Amino acid sequence: MSPDTSTEERHEVVLTVNGVAHEVSLPARRLLSDALRHDLGLTGTHVGCEHGVCGACTVLLDGAPVRACLVLAVQCEGVEVTTVEGLGGPDGSLSPVQQAFAECHGLQCGFCTPGFLTTVTAGLRDNPTPTHEEAREMVAGNLCRCTGYQNIVKAVERAAVIAGDATAEEAR
Amino acid sequence: MKPAPFAYHRPGSLADALAILAGDPDAKVLAGGQSLVPLLSMRLAAPSALVDINALPGLADITVTDGRVRVGALARHAAVLASEEVRRHQPLLALALAHVAHATIRNRGTSVGSIVHADPSAELPAVLALLDGALEVASVRGTRVIPASELFVGPLESALEHDEIATAALFPVLPAGAGVAFEEIARRHGDYAMCGVAAVVDGDSVKAAYVSVSEVPTVVDLTGVPDADLGEAALARLDPADDIHATAAYRAELVRVLTERVVARARGEAAA
Ligand SMILES: Cc1cc2nc3c(=O)[nH]c(=O)nc-3n(C[C@H](O)[C@H](O)[C@H](O)COP(=O)(O)OP(=O)(O)OC[C@H]3O[C@@H](n4cnc5c(N)ncnc54)[C@H](O)[C@@H]3O)c2cc1C
Ligand code: FES
Ligand code: FES
Repeated sequence: MSPDTSTEERHEVVLTVNGVAHEVSLPARRLLSDALRHDLGLTGTHVGCEHGVCGACTVLLDGAPVRACLVLAVQCEGVEVTTVEGLGGPDGSLSPVQQAFAECHGLQCGFCTPGFLTTVTAGLRDNPTPTHEEAREMVAGNLCRCTGYQNIVKAVERAAVIAGDATAEEAR
Repeated sequence: MKPAPFAYHRPGSLADALAILAGDPDAKVLAGGQSLVPLLSMRLAAPSALVDINALPGLADITVTDGRVRVGALARHAAVLASEEVRRHQPLLALALAHVAHATIRNRGTSVGSIVHADPSAELPAVLALLDGALEVASVRGTRVIPASELFVGPLESALEHDEIATAALFPVLPAGAGVAFEEIARRHGDYAMCGVAAVVDGDSVKAAYVSVSEVPTVVDLTGVPDADLGEAALARLDPADDIHATAAYRAELVRVLTERVVARARGEAAA
């Protein structure tokens, strides 16, 4: 028989996601991936394997890519969470990484894409001019069942160019 | 795949964390969660409570003192891998950590957690065993230091008592003139290895430790063994097994090939 969960203790947690604070009440066992999708309705974060292997659920915690399926939501009080919904501009414009994935056909069904976008966004922030090898390594922890990866790696390299141009533009 | 219900504690001091653990024999420590949370989700583990140690102060430190690299329990794999000091004083740590999962997992998983977890396919237990390191642990009864030789009891089983928290791992620094090397073969880079070998050469002494080819990290003394016999000498002490990733025979072949290669490289590093 499954345990009676109606009396399960709930925790009041403030989740700060893409700069917005959300007060939620949830059981300790709620994974961050489920809290984002079910409690906050932010279904951009996808859930594939739920044990850390596929990378679809990757979000940024204080800027660092982390598997949302391997973190409990109760652990995230006081942490800045960035999901795929937070990558674009406030006007709905695409970020350089999103633009590059669109241009290079870095996605087909799009299931894996949110995890790639968050991972690459952080990767290019830490290494704005990756070599081809480094671009491959940057996405090595994410699975895609459609594209065959070639266009994803191209998109990483293209995103570096777009972001570099934007930085040069600002400096002018 | 959802965890069964559990109580959640996030103590702010080590004393509080130890008291909670001592009071609940079914409670478990939560560090980086990169091994524990999958086990919870698959319901291979269903503890009554989790004691989250992520808010404990001072445990993320990485220091080099008294001839040892001391890695605190909250030092993430990524921080240890990025540390120049660690690389300078014990290069084997960085060589092995580059093979531990992917960067995203390393951002969260802790090096100490990986040692306590004692997976025979994990790199760091083999490194700790090879270097003859130790684990510092605390409980309400006090503190103790467990040498690596007594730490790994069985697959996924370490000598920690249920109410103990590991506070740091101690890796002896590399003596001047000694050399280390690490190599592994995995189906895909970042996956658990089908076979991994770490070696340290210091003067005439040659030692190697193995990943994924025995139930606990096994250190083999290869001092004085002729190069052509290195692989067989190692295999005499190991027990490669069949699984979905590789046959026992293939793993044995990897032991032969990698042992020769890694010992040669460690010799090269020692001479350099
Ligand atoms: C996709 C994927 C691939 C991976 N690949 C590899 C790999 O190739 N090589 C590898 O070595 N690892 C790999 N890992 C595991 C990873 O290294 C984990 O970080 C590590 O095994 C456990 O560390 P943790 O901090 O996440 O511990 P947790 O998951 O929090 O805990 C693991 C266990 O150790 C106990 N524990 C943890 N810390 C302490 C402490 N300080 N005191 C007492 N008990 C403690 C917990 O109670 C639990 O039983 C992989 C993980 C994933 C998800
Ligand atoms: S759903 Fe989290 S890694 Fe696959
Ligand atoms: S685009 Fe379909 S899984 Fe990657």
